[in-house]
Amino acid sequence: MYGGGGGGGGFNAPSTASGRRRNQEDEEEEEEEAGEGRVLEAWERAYADDRSWEALQEDDSGLLRPIDTKTLVHAQYRRRLLLRSAATAAARIQKGLIRYLYIVIDLSRAASEMDYRPSRMAVVAKHAEAFIREFFDQNPLSHVGIVTIKDGICHRLTEIGGSPESQIKALMGKLECSGDSSLQNALELVHGYLDQVPSYGHKEILILYSALNTCDPGDIMETIEKCKKSKIRCSIIGLAAEIFICKHICEETGGSYTIALDESHFKELLLEHAPPSPAIAEYAAANLIKMGFPQRGAEDLISICSCHKKIKSGAEGYICPRCKVNVCELPTECRTCGLTLVSSPHLARSYHHLFPVQPFDEVSSIYPNKLGQKGGQKCYGCQQSFINPGMLFFDIPKLVYATFSL
Amino acid sequence: MTSKVYSDDVSLAVVVVDTNPFFWASAALPFADFFAHLIHYVNSLLLLNHLNHVVVIATGVSSCTYIFDSSDASASGSADVAATFAKASRKIEEFIAQDARCTASNGSVADSNSASLLSGALSLALCYIQRVFRSGTRHPQPRILCLQGSPDGPEQYVAVMNSIFSAQRSMVPIDSCIVGAQDSAFLQQASYITSGVYLKPQELSGLFQYLAAVFATDLHSRTFLRLPKTLGVDFRASCFCHKKTIDMGYVCSVCLSIFCKYHKKCSTCGSEFNRVMPDLNSMPDQRQ
Repeated sequence: MYGGGGGGGGFNAPSTASGRRRNQEDEEEEEEEAGEGRVLEAWERAYADDRSWEALQEDDSGLLRPIDTKTLVHAQYRRRLLLRSAATAAARIQKGLIRYLYIVIDLSRAASEMDYRPSRMAVVAKHAEAFIREFFDQNPLSHVGIVTIKDGICHRLTEIGGSPESQIKALMGKLECSGDSSLQNALELVHGYLDQVPSYGHKEILILYSALNTCDPGDIMETIEKCKKSKIRCSIIGLAAEIFICKHICEETGGSYTIALDESHFKELLLEHAPPSPAIAEYAAANLIKMGFPQRGAEDLISICSCHKKIKSGAEGYICPRCKVNVCELPTECRTCGLTLVSSPHLARSYHHLFPVQPFDEVSSIYPNKLGQKGGQKCYGCQQSFINPGMLFFDIPKLVYATFSL
Repeated sequence: MTSKVYSDDVSLAVVVVDTNPFFWASAALPFADFFAHLIHYVNSLLLLNHLNHVVVIATGVSSCTYIFDSSDASASGSADVAATFAKASRKIEEFIAQDARCTASNGSVADSNSASLLSGALSLALCYIQRVFRSGTRHPQPRILCLQGSPDGPEQYVAVMNSIFSAQRSMVPIDSCIVGAQDSAFLQQASYITSGVYLKPQELSGLFQYLAAVFATDLHSRTFLRLPKTLGVDFRASCFCHKKTIDMGYVCSVCLSIFCKYHKKCSTCGSEFNRVMPDLNSMPDQRQ
């Protein structure tokens, strides 16, 4: 007697959960169909409900206030904890300070995907430039070269060199992507180049991989064995999904395989490779390297510099202590006699990798009440008063420092 | 309340003053006169721009402390200048006495060649500057001025170099004015690396004139001035075995210690050199 009737009518039973859901779904579909004319995907629905641009606020002078960064703060906090546990374990671990690194950039078809704005290739080039600067800042005695993969073939973009400018110039040039990518060819090519490197240097490859496959001419496992025997440490940063062969390469050679979730995560992962990683003692011979510490020449000494073949005054360049030739910048290798020329700040730059700072202990915020008796009301380092509620406190034996929690 | 407008020429000057009593006991310029020059300089900095901020840190032999902060008194606006500076002089006297007690109780032997704690003072200055950076996007432009007289302490080399690299990264110039007899290699390197100004005045009785002419300008205006350039910065390293400066030496590839002669073994990290590396090709497969 009760005619069927879909939706609400014929149901006399108390509205069950499923009944309610049916009603809601009907409403949703009506809404969506009215608005879009098609059914939204599940991931699109997330943006339909959560309009993150509405969370922006302006302060009284019209500038945008930064978005509440609680998740960011928490992530930083966790990272600090991880670093701290690593640091205490790694207090006196030998690090590979003289590094010969090849950066392999994947310029296959997959690099023109636009899921990273403007395209994966542009993002990779931009962050690789920042990485190279940071790398030379942290490791002044190291060398970097760049190799690209395109159409299944690898080309050396720049020769391995000790100065960032030539590498960055090549990166800023026009880069085009096409074709397949081949991991084996990249490893073979870099292996050939890294074989010529002195035995005290640590050989590393960093692959920035956007593709989801690799088209190889032979057996990549043999190439991986070859790299392992040559003690090359290979790390990969993926921009797409996790690939077994990349993971295998990194595990075999002792490198790290990470996948970037978005652009800022990619930058973080990339910059993590700048400080030297713990070294495996057998990988590089300990050697006494002969190095020169040049001084600036006299102001009135005019000579031709050996790098640019231009006339320079002695005060603008450095004089090699062995062959007395003028070089423009340090660190470099003298072109005439082959002596490595460095200055003491370059060596000093690497000391903080060898003698890391002791991790600070975070002190809970109820401590300040006792602090009033012990250390005074202000932070020893920056004289900031401790009363501000948003702060984290760090205690190094004897002193208490405060820092903002962003 | 009007928001502060930080134009290009507002500066935060952190002055690091060497108060090593062993140096000042035998210095050409008496400390009281030096302190007077310093006070006039701080005063003139505060007069240049009402938003200028000056902080003075005193460097002792075994400790450092903040002596003066111009933002403390400015709340009321018309603070008594003489009273603030009297407070600063009292603080310095207290600090010197406390530092002397610290040094005596430390057990370290201090003599006329003792170095002052430059590394500690630079760290304090950089902490304060970091705090200013984190206070928002609008802040005065910071710089550090070191008034140094004592000789360099070689045990502070790594700490001073670390402070210099931090300053370089945060783009904070370190200026140096040497009021002692000899040049300071640490400060020469500091000023060179961080693009600051290094000066050793010839006439110490006219110190205020040097300070006002060379070090009082803010960073933006420095581009229009011709400031003293140091030519002969000595970047040579000293060898770990004899501590003499060398211009060609041997560097351990593991720990980067510098030696003047060829050694069989590194004294810092213990690695043996020119050991024949085990050939991984011929090693038996240990998994079997």
